[in-house]
Amino acid sequence: MIAQTAGAEGTSLGYLMLILLSATFTDNILLTRFLGMCSFLSISQQLKSAVGLGVAVVFVTTITGALNAALYKYAIVPANEHFGVPLGLQFIVFIVVIAGVVQLLEMLIERVSLSLYYALGIFLPLITVNCAILGACLFLVNLGFHRNLLEATMFSFGSGFGWMLAIVAMAGIRSKLKNQYIPLGLQGPGITLIITGIIALAFIGFSGMVQLAK
Amino acid sequence: MITVLAATLLVAGVSAVLAAILLVAERRLVAYGTCTIDINQGARTLEVEGGGTLLASLMANRIFIPSACGGRGTCAYCKVKVLEGAGPLGPTEEPLLSKEEVAANVRISCQCKVRQNVRIEIPEHLFSVKEYRARVETISDLTHDIKLLRIRLLDPDTLEFVAGQYVQLQAPAYGDNPDPVYRAYSMASPPSDSHVIELIIRLVPGGICTTWVFEMLKEGDEVLLNGPYGDFRLSDSQREMIWIAGGSGMAPFWSIIRHMDEKGIARKCTYFFGANKKRDMFLVDEFRAIEKKHDWFTFVPALSDPAAGSDWDGERGLITEVVDRRVEAGGEKEGYLCGSPGLINAAIKIIKAKGVPENCIYYDKFE
Repeated sequence: MIAQTAGAEGTSLGYLMLILLSATFTDNILLTRFLGMCSFLSISQQLKSAVGLGVAVVFVTTITGALNAALYKYAIVPANEHFGVPLGLQFIVFIVVIAGVVQLLEMLIERVSLSLYYALGIFLPLITVNCAILGACLFLVNLGFHRNLLEATMFSFGSGFGWMLAIVAMAGIRSKLKNQYIPLGLQGPGITLIITGIIALAFIGFSGMVQLAK
Repeated sequence: MITVLAATLLVAGVSAVLAAILLVAERRLVAYGTCTIDINQGARTLEVEGGGTLLASLMANRIFIPSACGGRGTCAYCKVKVLEGAGPLGPTEEPLLSKEEVAANVRISCQCKVRQNVRIEIPEHLFSVKEYRARVETISDLTHDIKLLRIRLLDPDTLEFVAGQYVQLQAPAYGDNPDPVYRAYSMASPPSDSHVIELIIRLVPGGICTTWVFEMLKEGDEVLLNGPYGDFRLSDSQREMIWIAGGSGMAPFWSIIRHMDEKGIARKCTYFFGANKKRDMFLVDEFRAIEKKHDWFTFVPALSDPAAGSDWDGERGLITEVVDRRVEAGGEKEGYLCGSPGLINAAIKIIKAKGVPENCIYYDKFE
C-alpha cells in the first residue's frame, strides 16, 4: 500500500504523480463523488462528443483549479485572517472565476484554433454549470493543495482527466449497448445509471490505495 | 462591518478584474478587422466588420436571406453557398445540412461567422428582397383560429411579387421572447395591388409569432416584413393542375386564383381544400363564385370530421382520400401543395400514385 503525506520541504515529482493518480482513479470525481452527473448522462451517447466534452472539462478544470487555488491562497485566506471574512466566500469567488474563464477560453480558442473551437464549441459554455469543476476546486482547498500551486494544478488536471476517463468509458459501453436488448423501462438514463453504479463499485476497490494528505 | 466590506470588495474586485480581462479580450480577440463579402462573382461586394455572423452582416447591408428562427440555428432556412473563406463546418451547422449540401459548400449563414474575406453565391432574386415598414389596416376572423391581415406598405410603398410567393413577418421581442423572430406567410392577395398585401395566419398554440398576432397586434399598428421569397408559382406548362391545401395553406391559392381570374389565365384546375369541422372552413363562397364564373376551375372543399347531421353539402373525408376518389390517374397533370408537412407528404404520395411526375409537384412546406 502506498501512503504518503505532504512533505513540507517541497514537492517531488513522485508526489505529483501520486496526486495525479489519486485524483484520477482512487478519488475519481465522477465515480466516487458522483459530481457532474447531468452532462455525464446526457453526453455519453456518442464517443465523439464524449471525448469533446471530456477534453473541454480537462481544459477548464486545470485552468480554473490553478486560478482558484491561487485566489484562495493569496486573497481569501489573508482576508479571512485579517478581516474575518468567512472562508465560505470561496463558493462565490470560484463560480465567478469559472464562468469568466470559460468565456475567456471560448474567445481565445475561437481565435487560435477554429477546429478545436468547433470540436469543443457547444460544450464549452455548458461547462460553466458542470458541478464537477466547482467540486474539484472545493476538494482541492479541502485537501490543502492550494498551499502549493503546482500540486493544485496537478490535482485539478487529475480530477478533470478522471472525469473524462469516466465519460469516455461510459460512451464506449453505451455504444456497445445500442444493439442490445434493454427492457423499455430501463432504456436511456436508467441503464446508464446502473452501469455507472457498477463501475463506481469497481472504483471503490481503489479506495485507500493512495492516501492524500490533508 | 469591516468583514462585510472586505468580503464585498473581494468579490467585487475579482469580478471587476475578470470583466476587465473579458472586455480587453473581446476587443483584441473577436475583432477581425474589415472583411469583404463578394456576392455572385462580383455582382455585389460588401465591406463588413468581421466577427459577426454571415446572415447578420448580409442583413445589415440590406440583403435578406430567408430566416425564420431569428439566427438561432434551428430553422435551417438561411442556407447560403459559401465558395471561399467560411472555415471549417461548425457543430451547430452539421445536423442541419445533408451530405450533398456539405459537398456543395452550403452553409447555415446564421451560424457561420465572417472571419476573413468570403465569396458567396445567392439566388439572383434575393437581391430584390427588401425590408418593408407597413401598417396593419384590418384584422378579420376567417375562422375561430385563422385571421386575415390586410397590410398596407409604407416604406417602400410598393411590393412587386409573383402570386404564390411569401414574405417574412417580424414578431418583435415581447414577454419571454427576447429577440425578434421572422415567420413566413404567403401572400393571399393578388399581385395586381402592389400597395397592399393580405396574409392568412392560423393560431399555433404556443407559437411566438402567431400568439403575437392574435393577442397583441391591433389594427393601425406598424409592422416590419421582408420579401418576397419563394419559387411557388404557376409553371409555364399547360398541364392540368391539382391544388391541394389545408388550413392557412389556403393563402397562395387565394392569391393565384384571383390573379388568374383578373388576367384571364384559363388553365384546367381542381382545388382540393381540407378542413376538420365546418367551423374550420373558410372562403367557400368566394371560391364558389369563381367556380361559377369559369368552367376551367373546380373547387372541392372537404371536411374530415363534419358533425353528425350537419348541413355540410361538400365532400367528406381526409383531403387525401377525396383526392384519391376524384382525381383520375394518368393524363398530363401537375400538383401544387400548401399546408402542414404532414399534409404535404401525404399529398405527394397520393398524386405520385396518380401518375404525376415528381418534378411536376410544387410545394411550400411551412413548419
